[in-house]
Amino acid sequence: MTRNRMYRLGALGVACFLLVAACGGGNTDGETPSGGGDAGLAGTIVIDGSSTVTPLMTIAAEDFQLANPDVRVTVATSGTGGGFEKFCVGETDVSMASRPISDDESSACAENGIEPVEFIVANDALSVVVNPGNDWSSCLTVDQLNTMWAPESEGTIDNWNQIDPSFPDQPLQLFGAGSDSGTFDYFTAEINGEEGAIRTDYNPSEDDNVTIVGVEGDVGGLGFLGLSYVLENEGRISAVEVDGGSGCVAPSAESVIDGSYTPLGRPLFVYFKAESLERPEVGAFAQYYADNQESITETALFIPLSEEQAATQQQTLDSITGA
Amino acid sequence: MTPPSTEVAALEVDLHTPTSKRRKVVDALFKLFLWVSLGTALGTLITILVDLITEGSTRLNPTLVTNMPSARPERAGIQSAIFGSLWVVGTTALISIPTGVGAAIYLEEFARKNRWYNRLIELNIQNLASVPSVVYGILGLAFIARGFLSFGFTVLTAALILTLVVLPTVVIASREALRAVPNSLRQGSLALGATEWETVYRQVLPAAVPGIATGTILSTSRALGESAPLLLVGALTFVTFNPEGFDSPYTVLPLAIFRFISDARPEFRPLAAASGLVLLLILLGMNSFAIFLRNRYERKLR
Repeated sequence: MTRNRMYRLGALGVACFLLVAACGGGNTDGETPSGGGDAGLAGTIVIDGSSTVTPLMTIAAEDFQLANPDVRVTVATSGTGGGFEKFCVGETDVSMASRPISDDESSACAENGIEPVEFIVANDALSVVVNPGNDWSSCLTVDQLNTMWAPESEGTIDNWNQIDPSFPDQPLQLFGAGSDSGTFDYFTAEINGEEGAIRTDYNPSEDDNVTIVGVEGDVGGLGFLGLSYVLENEGRISAVEVDGGSGCVAPSAESVIDGSYTPLGRPLFVYFKAESLERPEVGAFAQYYADNQESITETALFIPLSEEQAATQQQTLDSITGA
Repeated sequence: MTPPSTEVAALEVDLHTPTSKRRKVVDALFKLFLWVSLGTALGTLITILVDLITEGSTRLNPTLVTNMPSARPERAGIQSAIFGSLWVVGTTALISIPTGVGAAIYLEEFARKNRWYNRLIELNIQNLASVPSVVYGILGLAFIARGFLSFGFTVLTAALILTLVVLPTVVIASREALRAVPNSLRQGSLALGATEWETVYRQVLPAAVPGIATGTILSTSRALGESAPLLLVGALTFVTFNPEGFDSPYTVLPLAIFRFISDARPEFRPLAAASGLVLLLILLGMNSFAIFLRNRYERKLR
């Protein structure tokens, strides 16, 4: 009788035990002693930071691990700022960033004796897109974009003819990234002069595909997106040229690298902890990226480094690893 | 005037058919409302399932579960996310169920309701149940991942934070189950000379097990879908090995889905849908296990 009751009581124990037991089986094959890898490299590389740079590091991490099975590379995505916050406490080896490190962040790193080594890993561009049926605005100036998107335009600017009298009487429908994304930060900083400043009566979405669908379905639609999305969805939407003060420039790999597509083209960064970079596996990872940056950036739909950028990257790398 | 006997007979024939027209209409309307409610609930579930299956059909194959995450959609799988989720939720259950049930037993069987500190605890538990989970993530980053405990960005940290998230509901569900045990059982046991502890351990707890088991499993399965607090404490978005212990780095299914959706390449969308379906299946599995436990122990008790 008593035993029977204890058995009943054990049900809870069984309930939670099964859950744990279920995951016990699969991981016996994990840890194998090192020695099998190409160069005998082993260790763990911890990467964290910007969601924009994540696809690049993920591809690099995956391929690098295939070549060096005893090295473990993990990638987390806590945003550029969140990445630096962990990096400067010494919790990560590599920090991904969609902008250069700020002075505050540098000094936070310095306080903890962490020296960041900067690499440009790819070039990124935002594009302003309109409906393919839009035949009036193939080029927009930064001022015109600011008129559309500035916080002051809220509730007042709602027609294309308010942007330029030569534009038709067509309701203006705005789409774009929501405030959680790096795209949003980048766009608002460049177009409205302050990160986060934007009218609130547009259609925000964390899913860039929503922006594409919105602009596709409305002749008067306009949105902003990462260039990679535009290249993936050619035909459904069209990218407009942007005039940053020195003429209309179409977003493309060439115009981003040569710096003419301003202000919506930017480099993407990765910061290595100098101390980590001296470890053979981290050094090898950085060298792996430098050797394969062209295919990695293209797979992730970014724009590869220019020759000059690549040369600088190699120089920095050589000076640290002492090659 | 009809004799009362026939009225009774009429009632016995059909109690459910209303007599006046107005009442009939009200009755029909209420039934319609109930059907619509049921239809909405079921309809939503079916829509989600159909949507996930149609969108994810191309990737619903064994490689989804056996492959590790990859940056290339054709090779990508979710093995490390499944194991990560099981590790984290399993550890959460291991910690939250004993503590939660213990707290419930204290509050229900031992605590004197008129003491201020017991009332304070009770109020706190109810408030904690409605705190958004991100808040626990911030707390966990400061005190569990870093600072006081400094467990780092590991399975154990994640499990402790999720324990904080689910513990209030575990306590509330277990108390509900204990309260449902008839008082005569306690009185009988005490009258036969059993101590308070013996009464709880040998009579009350066994009788409450079905309710406790269902309640706790349903509340721990909530932990399976959590991603917000884990993002703050270093849950990974890309990892190609399964957790090997409480101190391993990890990722979880909701984060794997998030990563698939946020990728620019449309080939990742079916992957996200298929992974969503896997998450749903694990959830359904846990819930069916709860139902199985309840049925099994309810039958035994009678």
